[in-house]
Amino acid sequence: MNTGLDLEYSFNEILKGFGLSSELAHIIWLPLPMLLVLVSAVIGVLVTVWLERKISAAAQQRIGPEYAGALGVLQPIADGLKLLVKEDIIPAKADSILFTAGPILVLVPVILSWLIVPFGQNLLISNVGIGIFLWIALSSIQPIGLLMSGYASNNKYSLLGGLRAAAQSISYEIPLALSVLAIVLMTNSLSTVDIVNQQSGAGIFSWNIWRQPIGFIIFWICALAECERLPFDLPEAEEELVAGYQTEYAGMKFALFYLGSYINLILSALLVSILYLGGWGFPIPVEIIAKTLNLPINAPVIQVFTASIGIIMTVLKAYLLVFIAILLRWTTPRVRIDQLLDLGWKFLLPISLANLLVTAGLKLALPQFFGG
Amino acid sequence: MSIAVTTQIICFSILSLVVIVGALGVILLESIVYSAFLLGGVFMSVAGLYLLLNASFVAAAQVLVYVGAVNVLIIFAIMLVNKKEDLKPIENIKSRKIISTSICLTLLSLLIRVDLSNIWGLSDPSSSIGEESTIRIGEHLFSDYLLPFEVASVLLLMAMIGAIVLARRDVMNKDISTGLPVDQELIEKPSEPLLIKKN
Repeated sequence: MNTGLDLEYSFNEILKGFGLSSELAHIIWLPLPMLLVLVSAVIGVLVTVWLERKISAAAQQRIGPEYAGALGVLQPIADGLKLLVKEDIIPAKADSILFTAGPILVLVPVILSWLIVPFGQNLLISNVGIGIFLWIALSSIQPIGLLMSGYASNNKYSLLGGLRAAAQSISYEIPLALSVLAIVLMTNSLSTVDIVNQQSGAGIFSWNIWRQPIGFIIFWICALAECERLPFDLPEAEEELVAGYQTEYAGMKFALFYLGSYINLILSALLVSILYLGGWGFPIPVEIIAKTLNLPINAPVIQVFTASIGIIMTVLKAYLLVFIAILLRWTTPRVRIDQLLDLGWKFLLPISLANLLVTAGLKLALPQFFGG
Repeated sequence: MSIAVTTQIICFSILSLVVIVGALGVILLESIVYSAFLLGGVFMSVAGLYLLLNASFVAAAQVLVYVGAVNVLIIFAIMLVNKKEDLKPIENIKSRKIISTSICLTLLSLLIRVDLSNIWGLSDPSSSIGEESTIRIGEHLFSDYLLPFEVASVLLLMAMIGAIVLARRDVMNKDISTGLPVDQELIEKPSEPLLIKKN
């Protein structure tokens, strides 16, 4: 079951051709996928920021950024550069160590989670066995960073924002993990690659969204809440808390928060597409396309085609979800804190528990559809 | 020495150093907030040690439970009741210190004794189960460790019921021993007018 391109193997073979030892080749290989993922995450953020500006403009019947590059595509780069060259201020009464460590603690777990995002059979940094569980564990570190920056700012709005962010993220982590658990139950594996492979049988019809419609909705709501996107952006509700835990931040430290929240949004969209929308799978299975073209599945042309289709499909599905998230942000009002906690604890948690129970029952009753 | 072994040794030394220095900081630092955050760092480094031992599932569970739940809860509690209060001097502090030191030393000698008397079997790295460990842990939890697993769930249920009773004060409005009604109202600060009238 190891079809598709294996870039690491070919890369190592080329380096060995130059007379390097396999260990040295491995060390040269190691940073490359990490760097690639970091760069793609940052480019993904730039694209999302541009989309956010353009779609919000369309939603409010404006034009949006127009002069920086064609259709304003260079606007996010200008935004980023502005934040880079801005003065880095630490308030006089703030705790400078915690103030600096907070944004880093928010950003690092999000970037580490990209470890498990697959763009193809072998196109991921590391196919760790605990896969999706690693993401759940890493995303639970974030509240510490939020609390830290909220406390260190020495500002009541910051502290309240930090507390709200932590409370929200703890409450929504439980239904999120439970809906992931239902998927894991069906796959018999925590690995993201296995989860996608399990959905690749019959193209669009074998995607998990048909088998887990409730789980899909719960996961999407919780992912939006974890990212602090608008129906749930209470931690930085500007009418109440100025900007929440970000109030005192400026320059590059603020940019880290900004980057972190957008990378988190893209990551959540990617994970929704992996868990529920068939990941890198094309709506029509590649095997059928290869058969109609009379080519063996291992032919180099088909392999390159599969790999590029995989990347394109993953990114396309993810950006479709990002589009929905942006549209939601500019069209829905914010919920109150009691509504938010009611929704999380009294509605989503029981529903996701019931969903898990039904999935387990269906798995036993209909093992051919729900993974025996 | 191969590169993999060197990397492991470097990682191990850094993680152990962080664990020891961090744990000392948790005890010795004056600021309780720093102690709480350092505790999170110590938990993370312990997770790193698990990772070095090829126990990735245990490492992730450590991060999720200890860092994501226990430590966040501790920090949350500290931030909600961040009251600066001068503690009263404790009576006969000297004898208390002597007693606690002797208890700690006894425990330490017990640990050293266990360390020296136990034969630590170093398993062959090639025979480690690695990614299989998640399945093995599940099998053990539902076979030979079933009783502790179920007892832990009873403990969690008790904690949950306790939390509900504490949160809903109307449930416990009678004193259990005397049967008399007890005032369980939330103790709140009387609201102060924000604007003071100027005469």
